Amino acid sequence: MDSAALLDCFTSVSCIVTQTSTGLIVGALLFMVAAGLTLIFGVLGIVNFAHGSLYMLGAYIALSAFRISDSFVISTIVGALGVGLFSLFFERFFMRRVYGADVLMQLLVCYAFILILDDAVKIIWGSEFQSMGMPAYFQQPPVFLGGGVIPVFYIYLIGIAALMAIVLWFILSKTKVGKIVRAAAGNPSMTSALGLNTSLIYAGVFAFGGALAGLAGALAAPVRSMSPGMGFSVLIESFIVTVIGGMGSVAGALIGALLIGLIRSFGSIGFPLFIEGIMFIAMAAILVLKPSGILGKETRK
Amino acid sequence: MSAGSFLREAIIAGIALCVLIAVPFVTDSSAAIDFGIRLAAFAVFATSLNMLVGFGGMVSFGHALYFGAGAYSFGLIMQHFAMPIPLAFVLAVGFCATVALIVGAICVRLSEIYFAFLTLAFQMLFHSIIISWTSFTGGDQGLMGGLPRPPFLGLDLVDPTDLYWFAVIVGVASLLLMRYILQSPFGYSLRMVRDNAERAKFLGINVWRIKLYAFIMAGCFGGVGGIIMALLVSGAFPEFTYWTMSGEAVFMVLMGGINTFIGPVLGAALLLGFNDVITRVTDHHGLALGAIVLLFALVFKHGIADFLAQGWQKIRNKGEHA
Repeated sequence: MDSAALLDCFTSVSCIVTQTSTGLIVGALLFMVAAGLTLIFGVLGIVNFAHGSLYMLGAYIALSAFRISDSFVISTIVGALGVGLFSLFFERFFMRRVYGADVLMQLLVCYAFILILDDAVKIIWGSEFQSMGMPAYFQQPPVFLGGGVIPVFYIYLIGIAALMAIVLWFILSKTKVGKIVRAAAGNPSMTSALGLNTSLIYAGVFAFGGALAGLAGALAAPVRSMSPGMGFSVLIESFIVTVIGGMGSVAGALIGALLIGLIRSFGSIGFPLFIEGIMFIAMAAILVLKPSGILGKETRK
Repeated sequence: MSAGSFLREAIIAGIALCVLIAVPFVTDSSAAIDFGIRLAAFAVFATSLNMLVGFGGMVSFGHALYFGAGAYSFGLIMQHFAMPIPLAFVLAVGFCATVALIVGAICVRLSEIYFAFLTLAFQMLFHSIIISWTSFTGGDQGLMGGLPRPPFLGLDLVDPTDLYWFAVIVGVASLLLMRYILQSPFGYSLRMVRDNAERAKFLGINVWRIKLYAFIMAGCFGGVGGIIMALLVSGAFPEFTYWTMSGEAVFMVLMGGINTFIGPVLGAALLLGFNDVITRVTDHHGLALGAIVLLFALVFKHGIADFLAQGWQKIRNKGEHA
């Protein structure tokens, strides 16, 4: 524990700005992964333990797309859509079979896919660390703010995440699709009795949630080194985020993600070895005090 | 359980123990001895988890906490104090019981998925403490320098064969003890709490207390598995408390079957066997293991032991009708 360094940072504006921007991009990426996870839980009532692997898949698909097209926009879209398609396949042929089963069976199917995807990535892209490199148009001098340094790409990333948050909120609360999804989440048998195909809604939500994880992976590609197994830590962190924010709540995921992002960036100065410990303490505290999370509904038990 | 049926099971366990003890006289393959020790550790570990999952209906994702707590506390006691192994063993199990009491008191009132996550959180917290408290636990390097293993009762645990005998004796004794606990009135109260907590409450059972006792006992036996492992590797490593270790235990339980007492033992043997074979024949360990896991989850739907038990039941029913 190095509280002096942490205190030093809090007294310097440049350090605060730099660390906050780092925390925000960590939070932004985490939000997109966790939003998918929480959406799938909220509607389907299942925990997708393979969500971290979808993030990894997004990053690797984007890497290949970027090497072919040399365009970051295309690689991001291909990454998100590719993972969305894969999630659809995963849901239709595997996850769908264990909806009724208890959580252990879901865990098992996901565990199998974590193992398979890690190995598949190893076979296709190799087991060594890979990096995509910063796309040319982001290679600009960083923005200086109060003595702190913010790379241009960070601003872009935070912007996309904010946009996704708004789009998600808009779709869920203002459109007909959102209404249907919320209905399916609240009362699936009533929804299907009204003539809506819940099986299709489930598939759509799962694919969309997966695509969000893929998008996060694709966006993270320039700033993260890639290796098989990179999904593990993301999975654990997005769990913490969804539990803190409230399982099933997208707004909660945003709060939780920003909180974890800031803990991670400031923690790297003050207590680099105990960051995970702090995150788990936060999660345990929430579970003890309010198991449904900051914004979760009390009803689902 | 009536005294008679327990006697029968004790005799079965005794015969199994005799067979296991005889193994080193038949083969001198070090791989077999090593496998036997690991199996003893994981059979106890997986069965202790099944006390919670199968008999208590509490799906814990953080059971490796006790495996690691047993291994680390035993290792640290042996390194810091010159103590006979049995005494250190008892102290380490006592440490696990204390940890399980604290964690369990907080966790057991939560329902299903939240219980799973909170147990996971405590396990990862423990893992973080081990990683960051480098001066005491050796951090991510693990507990290095080897454990002193003074001989006792004619057993010198530095010798693999003696260690094997120690491991199977402790393993079989632990399994028998768990069986006894689960067949006792306490065990049946636990099953009732799993099936219908409300009804159990009406009948005057203190649900919270029953669950907590089960949690503490599962923690103790999980620690026993960790101690055997610590003796085998002569140290302790942070991986023991990592969530993949909990995942493996869950998988062993499911592979073997949660409704049969002996299921997790079978599951542990299967998974350890698979791991050994797969790493030998292919580089694509994950792909092969993943396919096997999928097979179990989607095709068998139950563990091997449950599968066999059901088949046996069917055959017997047919016989009765005929």
